[in-house]
Amino acid sequence: MVAAAVRADSSVDPTDAVWTILAQVPDPEIPVISVVDLGIVRYVRCENGIHVGLTPTYSGCPATDVIRQFVKEALVRAGYDNVVIEDVLSPPWSSDWISEEGRRKLNAYGIAPPAESVSSPRKLFSSPVIACPRCGSRNTERLSEFGSTPCKAHYRCTACLEPFDYFKCI
Amino acid sequence: MSGADPALLHFVLRLADTSLVLAQRLGEWVGHAPALEEDLGLANISLDLLGQARFLLSYAGELEGRGRSEDELAFTRDGSDYFNHALVEQPNGDFGRTIVRQVLVDAFQLELYEALQASTDARLAEIAAKAIKETRYHFRYSAGWLIRLGDGTAESHARVQDALDDLWRFTREFFAADETDQAMAERGIAPSLTELAPRWLARVEEVLSEATLRRPPDVPYSWHGKRGEHTEHLGYLLAEMQFMHRAYPGAQW
Repeated sequence: MVAAAVRADSSVDPTDAVWTILAQVPDPEIPVISVVDLGIVRYVRCENGIHVGLTPTYSGCPATDVIRQFVKEALVRAGYDNVVIEDVLSPPWSSDWISEEGRRKLNAYGIAPPAESVSSPRKLFSSPVIACPRCGSRNTERLSEFGSTPCKAHYRCTACLEPFDYFKCI
Repeated sequence: MSGADPALLHFVLRLADTSLVLAQRLGEWVGHAPALEEDLGLANISLDLLGQARFLLSYAGELEGRGRSEDELAFTRDGSDYFNHALVEQPNGDFGRTIVRQVLVDAFQLELYEALQASTDARLAEIAAKAIKETRYHFRYSAGWLIRLGDGTAESHARVQDALDDLWRFTREFFAADETDQAMAERGIAPSLTELAPRWLARVEEVLSEATLRRPPDVPYSWHGKRGEHTEHLGYLLAEMQFMHRAYPGAQW
């Protein structure tokens, strides 16, 4: 089974090969970044098939099921026949896990990436300064803590007047 | 209650049902909120609560050991088998009333999940660690609105004060510990409710004072949602929520 689960060109480390494929699987709601950029792939194990650990960004994120399906399909298409997707809840996902590459791609796409680290639990009504992904101005204001998906807030740039999404820190 | 650990199952269902029923109530706002941003805000909070309820219901299904899935638990139990706090089943009323209810529940969940992260039950600790991150911004949202409405116009102030005066009586149930709560506290699974109460009150009072609202007096209460004894509102909510599943059992998307 182990041999069957690994592709023919096995000069590459099997785990690395899987990571390379996963790096091509887009997030269904923000297709410019991959599931690896998003930091939701927690592990890849190549023993008795391919085991991929996925963690949800938000508890109720409706994309979770679709992501599971995308990952499985991508690996099956690449020739792996025994793919097991495992749900991982702990430790909980943090926006800190979005890669540098992911942050760059988000910004280029018009979504302001999360400010560096997660907010302190006791911090109540403060919010970090977010730069406009279009003009770079730091004169922005929050319109709503909630945006088009659970992971985004809605902002407006007071310099270029464009509204934009901000990927929340969590 | 059945399963190998009926007290734990009962406790997990209380958490699950409180989140699920509140998610359903908030979902009623979709398409009806006063502004698009609030429509999205309430829907997003609803979605988080639904996600949390799903984790908890799946766990409850495992504890029960009868092979019931999260869907079966959500859609086939009658009101007397729901163990949510009676507060969350109260109708939405206007936006202000929804916000008052939300502040009271968010502050409770914030303290509860903060403590549950250290639960001796690993699964609950995991779910709490996930949920607390979301609960923090739920509270930021609801508290922010309560301050704006309370410290807003004479009309908005009067409306949220009325809602607070009406809903306050349901908060007593949060801290009325019964044998399930006591067992959970003794086993280190859940925090002691007596210890949670002052922390919840301090948090709520901070918001009320900034919102220029008056804390209503405590009154005796007679709702025991946690024990399956509900106000008349839960039945209507479940009838709507469960209709599809009961009409087409086992239907899948």
